Amino acid sequence: MKSLAELAAIRDKMKDKVVIREGSQGIRVVVGMATCGIAAGARPVLNTFVEEVAKAGLSDKASVTQTGCIGICQYEPVVEIYEDGKDKVTYVKMTPEKAAEVVEKHLKGGKVIADYTYKA
Amino acid sequence: MIRAQVLICGGTGCTSSGSVAIQKKFEEQIVAQGLSEEVKIVQTGCFGLCALGPVVIVYPDGTFYSRVEEKDVEEIVAEHLLKGRPVERLVYTDTGDVEETIENVSLNDTAFYRSQKRVALRNCGVINPEVIDEYIAMDGYQALGKVLTEMTPDDVIKEILASGLRGRGGGGFPTGKKWELARNLVPDADQKYVACNADEGDPGAFMDRSVLEGDPHALIEAMAIAGYAIGANQGFVYVRAEYPIAVRRLQIAIDQAREYGLLGKDIFGTGFDFDMDIRLGAGAFVCGEETALMTSIEGKRGEPRPRPPFPAAKGLFGKPTVLNNVETYANIPQIILKGADWFASMGTERSKGTKVFALGGKIKNTGLVEVPMGTTLRQIIEEIGGGIPDGKKFKAAQTGGPSGGCIPAHLIDTPIDYDNLIEIGSMMGSGGLIVMDEDSCMVDIAKFFLEFTVDESCGKCTPCRIGTKRLLEMLDNITKGKATLEDLDRMEELCYYIKKNALCGLGQTAPNPVLSTLRYFRDEYVAHIVDKKCPAGVCKDLLTYSIIADKCFGCGMCAKACPAGAIYKTDYTAPGKKLPALAIDADKCVKCGACVGTCKFKAIIKG
Repeated sequence: MKSLAELAAIRDKMKDKVVIREGSQGIRVVVGMATCGIAAGARPVLNTFVEEVAKAGLSDKASVTQTGCIGICQYEPVVEIYEDGKDKVTYVKMTPEKAAEVVEKHLKGGKVIADYTYKA
Repeated sequence: MIRAQVLICGGTGCTSSGSVAIQKKFEEQIVAQGLSEEVKIVQTGCFGLCALGPVVIVYPDGTFYSRVEEKDVEEIVAEHLLKGRPVERLVYTDTGDVEETIENVSLNDTAFYRSQKRVALRNCGVINPEVIDEYIAMDGYQALGKVLTEMTPDDVIKEILASGLRGRGGGGFPTGKKWELARNLVPDADQKYVACNADEGDPGAFMDRSVLEGDPHALIEAMAIAGYAIGANQGFVYVRAEYPIAVRRLQIAIDQAREYGLLGKDIFGTGFDFDMDIRLGAGAFVCGEETALMTSIEGKRGEPRPRPPFPAAKGLFGKPTVLNNVETYANIPQIILKGADWFASMGTERSKGTKVFALGGKIKNTGLVEVPMGTTLRQIIEEIGGGIPDGKKFKAAQTGGPSGGCIPAHLIDTPIDYDNLIEIGSMMGSGGLIVMDEDSCMVDIAKFFLEFTVDESCGKCTPCRIGTKRLLEMLDNITKGKATLEDLDRMEELCYYIKKNALCGLGQTAPNPVLSTLRYFRDEYVAHIVDKKCPAGVCKDLLTYSIIADKCFGCGMCAKACPAGAIYKTDYTAPGKKLPALAIDADKCVKCGACVGTCKFKAIIKG
């Protein structure tokens, strides 16, 4: 190790890999991963969220996790977004493409995509 | 892309309860379920809740699984990792007053962790100790970088002095002061050394082991910082060979640090050289004493020598040496990075920062806890420790191991720091905290520690070699009902004599368990001597077992269980019973107590 820059480079590279262990962050993205969800394609949705959140540099602000069946199986894959001080947002019939859009517009931009929500 | 991480404790506690097999099973199951690309298995150091091991934590949820068995792994992987349903029956739920749904029960919300403040243990149970990159991700080696590029050695010493950090090995000597002496006492020294005391001989203490196993790079970084501060380029870690996992992980960490150039020549291109080696101890308690430890590193028999000269002037191989304990070092990088003020903001007037305690004995959550100095014993035992099992009453807590003393129930609200503990006749020691309930006999406890010091006395000085032996004999007589009240006074006198005249810390502190139990539980000693009774029912020679004839149905279950054949049939049949009552022959009885549990009618009493 010849310089502090080298050390900083390793730290930045590794940070994403350990930040997950710091527990709940501000925003929680919860993907329904019960049998109904998985059958409807929740797995690629979950993985897209994980990748896009990291790509957008939001790893320290948002955590992506999974949950069981929430009872609206006909709308799966269902994704819920929890944020402190805000109402829960429930996205339904998600796809990987929609997931990427949610990360971009909702998580990053702060704007709920009403078209994809349960109420719509 | 990894979306979930499974942290499996690889500390000594969980390893002995089978965590290695569990990790293997997890690895198999993750592959079997096709999750290798999404879920990562990480072996970590100790989480602290050793009583509940093996411990597994799943992130990002932070779900805390306790007492996981190999057969549970398939279910955890299939249910939790695949489908997102935590396996509720395995989740640790003792959250005290926190009312959360099961999915929100995260580690940090549990009563055990909520009141803790982790500084020395901050990475234990969080990073994989065998991967240097994970330590670096947690700001590892940043403090060393800062010290080498932005601070002079005097700046470093000033910072440590200002933090108020005191030695965590037991003595509580200000760490900055120690460094200052080692830097300045011998200005023309051609060689200096940095040494680490990882001998940890106190029965019941295991915080140093945990740091070595869970965060070994923190020690390496801190020793390099100490080297820079005092002007040393070689370090030694003296660790007992009975800590195989700790030794292995530390060696891996040293090798990795060398490979990265964080040990060796010209670190960070600043021209500063530092390297270190491990020296294995054979587990002699006396080698935790600083002069004996250094003699042992030199390859000689581990015996103490008189001080002065102190190590700061004449230490290892006769050169100025700084010797600190593992936990002390573990605080150093944080002090450098976050500043002395941050550190000094925790704790009490004269004891700053946090302290790690190894909780053991009659307590629900056996394990490692780190709390700010000044936390009361009540908080540690009742809140974090989860109280005493089976609804028993708290009697006393022993701190400082064989060198310390006990804190009785009426002092449970004492804020724990160096000075308060000394004042009430105990000491911080390395941080073993053994909790005792009403079933513990204080004379027996004192005897236990004396047996230990008699075994571990090196024999170099007479007060310790012969004094502790005589002390033990006196205690033994008391527990057998053979002592007089005069013996009690003689014993006390001998205690003070040993304290005053023994050569090293081991001998000088050896009578402490006796003195402190005498101070707070003299009535128990008197009960043994005058009434020939052991109030807690522990000392066998003062115990008698008997059968209440009128309660006895004569069924014979107790007689069957008696290994000594001491139970015989009498010719008395109690009113309303069909068989003659049984009785215990006191001459044959070995007082094992095996009969008591077999009696359905509670006719056998101990007293």
